[in-house]
Amino acid sequence: MGADFVTLSLVPLLIAVLAAVACALPGNFLLLRRQAMMGDMMAHSVLPGLIVGFLLTGQVSGWVMFAGAGAAALVSALMVEAITKLARVDPGAAMGMTFTTMFASGVLLLELSGASGVHLDVEHALYGNLESLIWLDGTGWASLTDPVALAGLPPEFGQLALVAMVLAVLLLVFWRWLVMASFDAGHAAVLGLPVGVISLGIVVATAVASVAAFTAVGSILTIAMLICPPAAARLLTNRLGVQVWLSLGFAAISAILGYVAAGYGPIWLGLSGAVSAAGMIAVVSGLLVAGAALFGPHRRAS
Amino acid sequence: MTDTALSFNDIVVRYGATTAVDGATASLPMGAMTAIVGPNGAGKSTLLKASLGIVPMAAGTAQFFGQPLDAARARVAYMPQRASVDWDFPIRVIDVVLMGMQRTLGLLRPIGRANRAFAFECLERVGLTEFATRQIGALSGGQQQRVFLARALAQKAELYLLDEPFAGVDAKTEAAIVTVLRDLRDAGAAVVAVHHDLATVPQWFDRVLLLNRHVIASGPVAQAFTPALLQQTYGGALPPVLAA
Repeated sequence: MGADFVTLSLVPLLIAVLAAVACALPGNFLLLRRQAMMGDMMAHSVLPGLIVGFLLTGQVSGWVMFAGAGAAALVSALMVEAITKLARVDPGAAMGMTFTTMFASGVLLLELSGASGVHLDVEHALYGNLESLIWLDGTGWASLTDPVALAGLPPEFGQLALVAMVLAVLLLVFWRWLVMASFDAGHAAVLGLPVGVISLGIVVATAVASVAAFTAVGSILTIAMLICPPAAARLLTNRLGVQVWLSLGFAAISAILGYVAAGYGPIWLGLSGAVSAAGMIAVVSGLLVAGAALFGPHRRAS
Repeated sequence: MTDTALSFNDIVVRYGATTAVDGATASLPMGAMTAIVGPNGAGKSTLLKASLGIVPMAAGTAQFFGQPLDAARARVAYMPQRASVDWDFPIRVIDVVLMGMQRTLGLLRPIGRANRAFAFECLERVGLTEFATRQIGALSGGQQQRVFLARALAQKAELYLLDEPFAGVDAKTEAAIVTVLRDLRDAGAAVVAVHHDLATVPQWFDRVLLLNRHVIASGPVAQAFTPALLQQTYGGALPPVLAA
């Protein structure tokens, strides 16, 4: 693999892996706490925030959009709280109402503001723009050690690397608290653990991972990566630690296989052009869950 | 022996418009096994959860050894209802028992050989050592209940609060739990259990707290577990076994 690979494929591939890993980390706990819907919600609700961030700065990526998306995630979390309390519906229904409303208002904002046509349109919101995150300064493998070329990396790369690293460190440090509060919140609370803060922390971690992943890979892949790798891993083990490691492996495998299949699959099939990498990665992660469900040792008996 | 382990001081708990506990006051001593009994919806579990801060109190206080809970957490072990957790959770029996030692282990201290040995000791007391490395979902209901008891034992507490420890368990588990709880009491600890089987109260417990949203009576079984007081607690719903 030569210079072309470094310029065109290396960074999108790494970004896909980082996005998948960043999402799979909190996804493990969403799955255990039966809050998978939370991932759906976060991955959709960030859209209006991203657009407002774009309208304010005129930039497609960057920290302002990140902040806008974070604010949208916060607003949607508060909306779920309010709807649950005021309309007396269960949190799942409240989330369903919230994220569809947020995403739809994002779509309307896109159309009204004229933001669409840049790299922000409904298609990109769904599938991301992984293929366009090329590294023009990366002219060969030697560029990996060239500070000038590294400075030209797409900002999504740095954001996702930072988010994945911070989430991994938090998970390691707070592992015991996360496990205890997720398994038996009442018992954990009596021992003096801050169970409310831990629950909030998982929601915030999910929001941060979703926001970071969304700009690069879109909502569909974000949702898939929050849930599919942990779900496949859960079917293969009864140890939580093993489950988390397996989920990270599945996340990376989905990203790599999906990216390659999207780029070359159509050619192998005798067709021309490529399909959406984010879409293909999500499909691969779904196939991994199907495989684990059919052949895994811990599929539910009933 | 007559030191107070736990006192409820005019505790009120509300769920929305429903008042689940309406001014409960009682004082439970060390070195005794106390059963909290009352009809369904009398607020038995709620009273325990409220005093432990798991559900909010609308009014009143709970004191542990004369102190607020925060000052006494290390001395209090809580065993929730078995149905309150997801037994499909990917964790082994021994790991659940080790959770009881959280206050000594903290967040990052590695689990040492001594910790593991003690966790095994707790499992031995409930007769489950051979299940140590099983996933918790692979156990029967009674065995799961004993895992919870082993986790409580691992806390080395002085007050054990148990929510329905005998609910839906087999005879072997029942006997194992009673033996362990008696040992704790004989060592001077206080055991307080929400209990629904009136027939076994005099046989297993020293004291009884009759609850129907407020405390009807609290005292030694001989004084508080009387037909008249039970009638008052259960109203017309007194189980036939005791109505005679």
